[in-house]
Amino acid sequence: MEQEKIAWLENKAREIRAHIIKMTAAAGSGHPGGSLSAADIVTTLYFHLMRIDPQNPSWPDRDRFVLSKGHAAPLLYAVLAERGFFPVAELLTLRKLGSRLQGHPDMKSLPGVEMSTGSLGQGLSAGNGMALAAKLDGRDYRVFVLLGDGEIQEGMVWEAAMAAAHYRLDNVTAFLDHNGLQIDGPVAEVMSPEPVTDKWKAFGWDVQEIDGHDIAQIIKAVEAARRVRGKPQMIVAGTCKGKGVSFMENQVDWHGTAPKPEQAEKALTELGCR
Amino acid sequence: MKKIATREAYGEALVELGRENPDVVVLDADLSKSTKTINFKKHFPERFFNMGVAEQNMLGTAAGLAAAGKIPFCSTFAVFAPGRSFDQLRNSIAYPKLNVKIASSHAGITVGEDGASHQSVEDIALVRAVPNMTIFVPADAAETKKAVLAAAKIKGPVYIRLGRAAVPVLHGEDFLFEPGKAMVMRPGRDATIIATGIMVAEALTAAEELSKEGLTVRVLNIHTIKPLDVEAIISAAKETGVIVTAEEHNIIGGLGSAVAETVCEHYPVPVYRVGIPDVFGESGTPDQLMEKYGLKTQHLIAAVRKATERSRRGRE
Repeated sequence: MEQEKIAWLENKAREIRAHIIKMTAAAGSGHPGGSLSAADIVTTLYFHLMRIDPQNPSWPDRDRFVLSKGHAAPLLYAVLAERGFFPVAELLTLRKLGSRLQGHPDMKSLPGVEMSTGSLGQGLSAGNGMALAAKLDGRDYRVFVLLGDGEIQEGMVWEAAMAAAHYRLDNVTAFLDHNGLQIDGPVAEVMSPEPVTDKWKAFGWDVQEIDGHDIAQIIKAVEAARRVRGKPQMIVAGTCKGKGVSFMENQVDWHGTAPKPEQAEKALTELGCR
Repeated sequence: MKKIATREAYGEALVELGRENPDVVVLDADLSKSTKTINFKKHFPERFFNMGVAEQNMLGTAAGLAAAGKIPFCSTFAVFAPGRSFDQLRNSIAYPKLNVKIASSHAGITVGEDGASHQSVEDIALVRAVPNMTIFVPADAAETKKAVLAAAKIKGPVYIRLGRAAVPVLHGEDFLFEPGKAMVMRPGRDATIIATGIMVAEALTAAEELSKEGLTVRVLNIHTIKPLDVEAIISAAKETGVIVTAEEHNIIGGLGSAVAETVCEHYPVPVYRVGIPDVFGESGTPDQLMEKYGLKTQHLIAAVRKATERSRRGRE
């Protein structure tokens, strides 16, 4: 992977982080922490790895991305807008009455959103369904799913994990945004899902562990995942909640709190996006 | 009278639908022999997915299949869908208005011997309160077949409520099934029994009995609980003055509630609800349970008599 492309993606991820700050600040609510933690993964998917056409969002052969941790909607919206699915100016309508940018993603209102999510634990099942349809139709698209590490406490996730392996859905690639924090505190203290890598392996998945903020590793992992046959793939991405904004990093309170104007200014200064 | 369980008719209709439409896929949760989706599996194994004992994942997977252009029919017992998988129905299917059909069998107390854990008394109430849903409760095998074919043509989520026990076939092959349109099964001016599902047959028998006492009782078949045929209900209220509702479901939240809401708003007349009286069922034969929980012909007759007497007193 050439350094130039990685540097470009890193810069794009920085712009996406700035959007997340501006959007949640303007909305006065929302979930910056988990949006920032997954920003490098989702940016790299949409700007480098996925086969998509923003001018044709319902192209049958497109790759799909399901944001199972739907509260990271600001991240998804920022990426979709920057990628050209809808105007960037619309980002500041997040969570406002009448906006297409609902508090959690609504596939009916916004082009590019593949699945309505928000009630945790449901995205992987939907992704599996899309992948099954691809197999039935002989299409070669891939379905990417992003799960949170608190989210995998939902039992349904493991029903879906079992089903993906059972139906040999090698066209499903999931990421675990393993930032270690959930609303009530450290995931390990609230209800530990560890050892996550062993669990996904035991469920019949191909599993890789990466640094979820290292774009070269994200690309390499997806390329390796694409070569796997007969198994779904999980990429356990070690991340930092609030990544990129010093005072938000690893702070559980930024899970679902929007920055105040002066905090947003400070964050944007740090991101070099004032 | 010939008797066939609506789940049997469902199994047959699915095969017909599978032949007609290659986008139809079927999911089950380890109950394919009971829900009769096994028929579809035999004919179209590549389009049948057994999801194991995992109803939430079944509905979520169906949502994804629908998002990719398929028309999934999901089947299990009504206690498990909408029961166990309610949030998946709500958030993954109804909210995004995805083209998923949930056809659940073993609804109501005629499940019989399995007892209360498996007897859904609240499924209609659950689904009725969810926006975007269409609800069919077929009265017999013929209606089931038409409901299944109609569901496949509707772009959006549909719940079809099916039963375990064999029930009388009321229709010939040739009748008009219009989603959202109630059917007048028998004319009458003294009272109306508004019935759904297997209670339509009981209502017809009750009306026949009452005719011997000189009462003409209209029987209205509400095979579509949602959208409800408000016009037909208002006409019944205006033209017959009293209404008795009949459903194999809790009297709270189902057909009785829907009719009472409609009548109260548009043309208030007495409404008596015959149904499961807000209790869980128990083990027994379907017939014993129908008797014990007040769902037999004689219970409808008693309710119509009570209603018409009250109406008469009201006029005097």
